[in-house]
Amino acid sequence: MAEGILEVNDSSFDSDVIKSDKPVLVDFWAPWCGPCRAIAPIVEELAAQMGDKVTFAKCNVDDNPVTPSKYGIRAIPTLIVFKGGEVMEQITGNVPRTKIEEALKKAL
Amino acid sequence: MSDTHYDCLIIGAGPGGLTAGIYAARAGMKILLLERTSVGGQILVTDFIENYPGFPKGLSGWDLVEAMKSQAEHFGVTIENQEVISVDFTGPVKKVNLPDKTLTATSVIIASGASPRKLGVPGEQKFIGKGISTCATCDAPFYRGKVVAAVGGGDTAVQESLYLTKFADKVYLIHRRDQLRATKILQDRVFANDKIEILWDSVVTKVDGLFGLDKVFVENVKTGATRELAVEGCFMWVGILPNTDFLGDAVAVDEGGFIIADARMQTSVPGVFVAGDVRNTPLRQVATAVGDAAIAAVSAEHYVEQVKS
Repeated sequence: MAEGILEVNDSSFDSDVIKSDKPVLVDFWAPWCGPCRAIAPIVEELAAQMGDKVTFAKCNVDDNPVTPSKYGIRAIPTLIVFKGGEVMEQITGNVPRTKIEEALKKAL
Repeated sequence: MSDTHYDCLIIGAGPGGLTAGIYAARAGMKILLLERTSVGGQILVTDFIENYPGFPKGLSGWDLVEAMKSQAEHFGVTIENQEVISVDFTGPVKKVNLPDKTLTATSVIIASGASPRKLGVPGEQKFIGKGISTCATCDAPFYRGKVVAAVGGGDTAVQESLYLTKFADKVYLIHRRDQLRATKILQDRVFANDKIEILWDSVVTKVDGLFGLDKVFVENVKTGATRELAVEGCFMWVGILPNTDFLGDAVAVDEGGFIIADARMQTSVPGVFVAGDVRNTPLRQVATAVGDAAIAAVSAEHYVEQVKS
């Protein structure tokens, strides 16, 4: 697991993400997905920069089918920014880092 | 010259940009590779590359990109995760504008690639990530045991439809013509696959759904007959658009927006070169991108030597 990134699963999602005091960015990914592996270093960079204000988490959709289907996720990588348990922004695909930064700033 | 002046700036870190980086670094040039999203480009979505020479058993796009990236890093290539906002190629020193600073260079190689074209039908934007997809390797596992649609008739559409059948129970392949453009070996595989039903002469007119996508509306362009397909996913492979927004009218392009180059991969601007899918080229493959890039990097090297002497 990358440093500064919290691994979340179907059973910990509620306590780690929904009930979190801080905004949480969840990176929904799977090992079979090339673009997911390619976007991971960008998320890690952002975690190093903004980890004090935002919790960075990742959820393996292969091992955790319940959470992705709850949020209607049918494509990965999907990044969701949660604040107070609510979905602030849902971003799908390989996007520029600036787009993720903007979504995070809105949640702060 | 300042710290932010380079012999060569390479825009884009797909197979073309990475190859240009390898050649330019080995030539001893001061270079920087700029990538807007993540290293790899379109090849990342390819599940299996069978026609790139040297890998008789084939390999995934991710594995090929990782190998190219580590080869580039081995030769000291630096890759920065930065988006180019605009360029100014009017003077002898080329300017490349990033969100927070401007870099200058004697030469530039544009290897910014292309992106999947959208259908432009109602509902498409709304269901991106919720049924609309362009990446079968990423998203096919979400459709295990389900019915999906795929749109297109070229190599990508056919190859990816075949991949979808590993998960989906049925794939409707929707194609606007009465024959496929895909290469013969792929066509043979598609015709032999009983999970794929081809809807010839057909176009998608609309997608819709309640929570996620659940319907695709199709029209036969010859008979005008319409049909509603109950599917949970719609994968689109209907061609590509060049990633050239940041260029404005800095270099000459063809009617499709792809960059025009000579045999040395030089664009309409001396010192600005191009490689890969963003170029006006008859074939877009990893093999052609790396070929373009090797030529572009050597041409850039010669150009820089000339300017310095």
